[in-house]
Amino acid sequence: MENTARVKSEEMVGRIDGRLMKNKVIKGIFLAATAFTTIILMVLLYRIISQGAPYLSWDFFQNFASRRPEQAGIKAAVIGTIWMMSVVIPTAAILGVGTAIYLEEYAKKSALTRWIQMNISNLAGVPSVVFGLLGLTIFVRVFGFGNTIIAAGFTMALLVLPVVIVASQEAIRAVPNELKEASFGLGATKWQTIYRVVLPYAIPGIATGSILAFSRAIGETAPLIVVGIPTFVAFLPSGYLDQFTALPMQIYNWTSRPQVEFHNLAAAGIIILLAVLILMNSVAVWIRNRFQAR
Amino acid sequence: MKPVKVLSLSALLGSALVLGACSDDAETGATTDEGTEGGGEQLQGEIAIDGSSTVYPIAEAVAEEFMLEQPDVQVTVGLSGTGGGFEKFIAGETQFSNASRPIKDEESQALADAGIEFTELQLAYDGLSVVVNKDNDWVDQLTVDELKKMWVDNGTAVKWSDVREGWPEEEIKFYSPGTDSGTYDYFNEVILEDAQINKTATLSEDDNVLVQGVTGDANAIGYFGYAYYLENKDNIKVVPIVNEAGEAVEPNAETIESGEYAPLSRPLFTYVSNAAIADEEAVAAYAQFTLENAAALAEDVGYVSLPEEKYTEQLETIEGLK
Repeated sequence: MENTARVKSEEMVGRIDGRLMKNKVIKGIFLAATAFTTIILMVLLYRIISQGAPYLSWDFFQNFASRRPEQAGIKAAVIGTIWMMSVVIPTAAILGVGTAIYLEEYAKKSALTRWIQMNISNLAGVPSVVFGLLGLTIFVRVFGFGNTIIAAGFTMALLVLPVVIVASQEAIRAVPNELKEASFGLGATKWQTIYRVVLPYAIPGIATGSILAFSRAIGETAPLIVVGIPTFVAFLPSGYLDQFTALPMQIYNWTSRPQVEFHNLAAAGIIILLAVLILMNSVAVWIRNRFQAR
Repeated sequence: MKPVKVLSLSALLGSALVLGACSDDAETGATTDEGTEGGGEQLQGEIAIDGSSTVYPIAEAVAEEFMLEQPDVQVTVGLSGTGGGFEKFIAGETQFSNASRPIKDEESQALADAGIEFTELQLAYDGLSVVVNKDNDWVDQLTVDELKKMWVDNGTAVKWSDVREGWPEEEIKFYSPGTDSGTYDYFNEVILEDAQINKTATLSEDDNVLVQGVTGDANAIGYFGYAYYLENKDNIKVVPIVNEAGEAVEPNAETIESGEYAPLSRPLFTYVSNAAIADEEAVAAYAQFTLENAAALAEDVGYVSLPEEKYTEQLETIEGLK
């Protein structure tokens, strides 16, 4: 008896060693994956910052584009991006959250809704150039907006809409059924339930997903090129039907120039773009924490 | 209560933006009024320019200078590429279309169909520079035939030794601008003559990628605008090209302007709508301003100016259209 027991426990110890070994290896793989991404990110950041930081100055924000790198600035692009986002955010948020609420709370689970659902998910993977072509045909030509803020804003809103819808749907779906049932049980109507129970619970998820989607709209170049957004604009827009330029357009142009100084300017532009993205993501985190705390 | 707050907040933001927009409108309205009263010569209007990214640096420079003189004329310059620019020009969306090659027959036909008459203006010269790696010590010069022999696809890999005897038996790596670019179109016209470009060639819309490619590979050959060579001349070697007179000529400001560097010197164009010149004072003024300043500004951004009389001739043409 004793013997067999000892053999067994030795076997077990042997197997435990194996498991612990495996445990370490797996941990190592994950650590390596994390380290690899972090290092790449650090190298990228270092390159961008060391190239671009010397060009960041008050003048850089105050000046329009110029053929002289030392006088070139990013004013029109920053202001233009803000204008464009003031179209993208409300449009995509209202349409996206509205669609998500309808699909999750109102629509019957029929073959048709499943088909719509599938198409929305697929749209999220369509290349951005395709949305640009759509924007060019519909907003620029058919609606006659021209290559203006509103045309570009709607195009970008369409581009991020599928992501906003899917993220909002996930957030709404995560609302516990008990809460909704309790609300109905107290005699609340559907809209009251959505407004008072579902949305407050879902807002952190909706905000996080949507803001990540909006960040994409800030960084996309391809649809803007197709829509025909100009790069050199030395005036500020005064309305939604004015022409404008955006950050990625200006950066794209600077990287394609022959002179090294312009490449450095592009790096400075990228720093601005990154700063805007970080700012937006912090807002997402802030909204999430604020609503989750309650 | 929370959603109410969010909603009212977004409503507030929205209205603030709209209000902001309105007040901006009012302000610009006021300043333009003052401008017209005070200046006399001050013009107003909007000028839309689009087209080749090769011509863009010149167009940007001209627009920049013009807006210093005429701040109330809103000039925008895009870079949809030569073909993309013509598409917008045909749709009547732009008054000027920049091109790094002459207009194609089908494009001028489409313009005729759309009832748009246009004038071709030459702005500057660019010398397509054929470049090889710094370590390439065998290529001393190339003829058009040799270029053709290596660049045209013949189904097999091309070695340097296939081009000229005594050159190494190493496979040539090709770097070419993308097929959408006017640069490719021009190379196609004078070298490839519509034959398929070597299928092993790396094509890129970004000329800096081509520079990197040629810098990093001893067996590489590529071509792009003169400005890109000029900026990188410490890292790559330019190949003298044999012209019709039988001389091997390197591209530089003199040989490009005099036409000695042939056939790879090409003019850069902008096309302007005749109706726009006749109807809009700002467009006519802009066309004049462009021709008066193109020489200096083109050199500023790395291109070669045309001979003086070319600009004068074209200015007269514009005068006639007004």
